[in-house]
Amino acid sequence: MFGKLTWAAIPWDQPIPLFAGAFVVVAALAVLLWIGVKGYFPYLWNEWITSVDHKRIGVMYVLLGLVMLLRGFVDAVMMRTQQAVAYQAPGYLPPHHYDQIFSAHGTIMIFFAAMPIVIGLMNFVVPLQLGARDVAFPTLNSTGFWLTASGALLVNISLVVGEFAQTGWLPYPPLSELPYSPGVGVDYYLWALLISGVGTLMTGINFVTTILKIRAPGMSYMRMSMFCWTALASNMLIVAAFPILTATLIMIVLDRYLGFHFFTNDGGGNMAMFVNLIWAWGHPEVYILVLPAFGVFSEVISTFSGKPLFGYRSMVIATLGICIISFVVWLHHFFTMGAGGDVNAVFGIATSIIAVVTGVKIYNWLFTMYGGRIRYNTPMLWSLGFLVTFVVGGMTGVLLAVPPADFALHNSLFVIAHFHNVIIGGVLFAAFAGVTFWFPKAFGFRLHEGWGVAVFWFTTIGFYVTFFPLYVAGLLGMTRRLQHFDVAAWRPWVLIASAGVAISALGMICQIVQLVVSIRRRAELLDPTGDPWNGRSLEWATASPPPVFNFAFLPQVNDQEPYWAIKQRAIETQHLAAVGEYLPIEMPRNSATGFLTSFFATLTGFGLIWHIWWMVIAGLVAAYAGFVWFAWRDEDEYEIPASEVQRLDGERRRAREEWLAREGNLGGVA
Amino acid sequence: MTATAILTPSEGAALAIHGAPGHGEGGPASKFVVVSYGFWIFLLSDIVMFAGFFAAHAVLQNAIDGGPAGSALFHRNTVALETACLLLSSFACGLSWAGASARRMAWTQSALFVTGLLGAGFLALEAREFAEMIGAGAGPQRSAFLSSFFALVGCHGAHVSVGLLWLATMMAQLRIKGFRAQIQRRLLCFNLFWHMLDIVWVAIFTLVYLLGGAR
Ligand code: HEM
Ligand SMILES: [Cu+2]
Repeated sequence: MFGKLTWAAIPWDQPIPLFAGAFVVVAALAVLLWIGVKGYFPYLWNEWITSVDHKRIGVMYVLLGLVMLLRGFVDAVMMRTQQAVAYQAPGYLPPHHYDQIFSAHGTIMIFFAAMPIVIGLMNFVVPLQLGARDVAFPTLNSTGFWLTASGALLVNISLVVGEFAQTGWLPYPPLSELPYSPGVGVDYYLWALLISGVGTLMTGINFVTTILKIRAPGMSYMRMSMFCWTALASNMLIVAAFPILTATLIMIVLDRYLGFHFFTNDGGGNMAMFVNLIWAWGHPEVYILVLPAFGVFSEVISTFSGKPLFGYRSMVIATLGICIISFVVWLHHFFTMGAGGDVNAVFGIATSIIAVVTGVKIYNWLFTMYGGRIRYNTPMLWSLGFLVTFVVGGMTGVLLAVPPADFALHNSLFVIAHFHNVIIGGVLFAAFAGVTFWFPKAFGFRLHEGWGVAVFWFTTIGFYVTFFPLYVAGLLGMTRRLQHFDVAAWRPWVLIASAGVAISALGMICQIVQLVVSIRRRAELLDPTGDPWNGRSLEWATASPPPVFNFAFLPQVNDQEPYWAIKQRAIETQHLAAVGEYLPIEMPRNSATGFLTSFFATLTGFGLIWHIWWMVIAGLVAAYAGFVWFAWRDEDEYEIPASEVQRLDGERRRAREEWLAREGNLGGVA
Repeated sequence: MTATAILTPSEGAALAIHGAPGHGEGGPASKFVVVSYGFWIFLLSDIVMFAGFFAAHAVLQNAIDGGPAGSALFHRNTVALETACLLLSSFACGLSWAGASARRMAWTQSALFVTGLLGAGFLALEAREFAEMIGAGAGPQRSAFLSSFFALVGCHGAHVSVGLLWLATMMAQLRIKGFRAQIQRRLLCFNLFWHMLDIVWVAIFTLVYLLGGAR
């Protein structure tokens, strides 16, 4: 009846996961109860769960990412404390448990923290910056989000029901094959990523189409904001790379479920092929993450320097260049596998070329700041922190790109330090910069500046203290993923790293405090004009938070920095641009398709993991039925009457009139 | 066939208002352009997935592990018949699109029916081929070569099966709702999908069966 699932799947004898799981379940029930008691369920259902509004979906993505970031951080704290006490001792985490933690940490951080935050920012910002009313496929967008959530849910269920993979964030065979990983851990990993991967692919298709086909009149390619360019590049990479991941994971699934021999020891299987395939996706993946981060910094640095982005064209070329080169460097992840000196040399050089192209960007940001009147708000602090940190990470990357050096450093903590250096210093800093920058757009009030600064310093210092010792430990020969160790020389560095995690934890706490304080003092942090930072691109041309339809009139774009131009004109003429006649606007209707499909996808995935075949079939049939139900719908859109459009736009214009009267004479410096 | 020739009246009107050719600068493209463009991107991604399986097959084609090689397993006649079914099915699919453009219900439906019938014939032949191979001890568990063969060809077969399910659903929808703009768009997407499967099959036919059969 329940396949392999029995009571023994719950780790009754292991207090840590049991209590953690119980805590999460109780907390979730408490939240649900609170929502029920307050009568918020209809609101939640109508305004969020079934919403196809890109702004709402973007917010939900970011929220999911932040919650998972917290979960991944708890894993990190456990790993660092374990190593701190496991010098010539077993520590408090048994090896099989430690292995699950580092696997879950990597998987969650990349797929369910970094990806959702980055995709959430793109969701929220890109249509606004393009001057569009929504994305190309709103219901698909919602489905993509819920499928990602479904994958996240499966990974978290594994905490209490069964186990998670012990194979690292990329399940190298033969360890991940059935003879060596007979439990359900790897299956949780595979199905969670297959399901969320479909969601990510949907996002990729949606955004490539949106950016190429749905832009405001006059928004030619060379007038698109830098963030839209990087989003385009990132989504093109998703479309081109994620199917490789899907194919590779399907191959392991076939090996494990049906006895195929893609990567097995016997039958002629080829493990090296797995490593090639997974990195043919994996290297582009790191650029899927970091390119939008570059976009965020471009927006922030130009806004807070009060200058247009320096070298816009070279930035576009560099972005597309990285997009292409990122597909021809994957072998640098396994120089040691024995492809031979010539092959290694080719890939080493290709890898170094990426650093050159990235260097172009660094100089562009520096020159954007040069001569500008810089305002040091929190988003700008993150950008400055990024510039310094990322350069170091890039340089250690170049070191690793030299095959002979990599032979010494591969699989050591040096690599761990390198990629945390670029992913935290690049992607995570961008996530925080972006969230602070666009938060007022999403909610109508700014985040508290003082607490934001505290978050910045604790997180940045915490990062340096945690990861720079790992460079040294790596150079001293300490390999990654050690549950305990015996070498005295490594010990001080491991201890410093553990202290660093404590500092980072303070950053996390400040993060939560910042949110609470900002919500409580939202009246004084209000953003009435919709343009809190004196912005330059179109998202600031509408109210904060924007109406569902984003813009009452599709903006006519004549400039690379459309909103800056509009403001300058308003200041010159001392008038806002005249409005035409307000017209009714058609918007897509809500849809439960995404939520229902993902609900059944979760059931199907759970059934597949535990070999509960009736559940698999029921889930698939129900998902198909839900799909047909959606396809049968006649009315996709509803109409917002012209009077309502006029009312909403009128409010924003009144606030802007006041701004003009107040600040207009000061030359637009808000 | 130009895009404007197949717009519904309301879409044509919308296009006339916005004057959007769909290249971005003239404002948002029409829904017709957006949907078919998005579907193209999806097809590209699907082709990348097939490329993954092709690559695996290329790597593993000689890993027969003492088992049978392609020359002992493939029957050219069956494969030729399969190919004929699939290509004719695509032809019928093209006819259905002509019917839909002319808004002729009987024509469209019968062409779709023939499309489905030929597709089902293809699947039946493929199933028989698979069953024979497995019966002879040459199933996917036998060797890495056979694993990659069954995965690649099976992946294509799974696409055809999903296509048939889609086709049946859409025929019912077309019958009940008639030629709405929405359904026209789906018919176009289905056409693209079906032709894409043909292209993939041509690659399978050449790389797996013809070249592999010589090994
Ligand atoms: C300046 C450009 C960069 C260069 C030259 C570079 C080079 C390298 C090399 C050679 C390795 C393999 C080391 C080994 O395993 O022995 C590596 C690993 C890695 N890099 Fe980078 N990298 C660069 C930028 C980035 C960026 C921007 C990211 C992410 C946003 C990133 C993420 C990673 C990750 C996640 C790994 C290790 C994955 C693992 O083994 O689990 N790198 N890098
Ligand atoms: Cu790489």
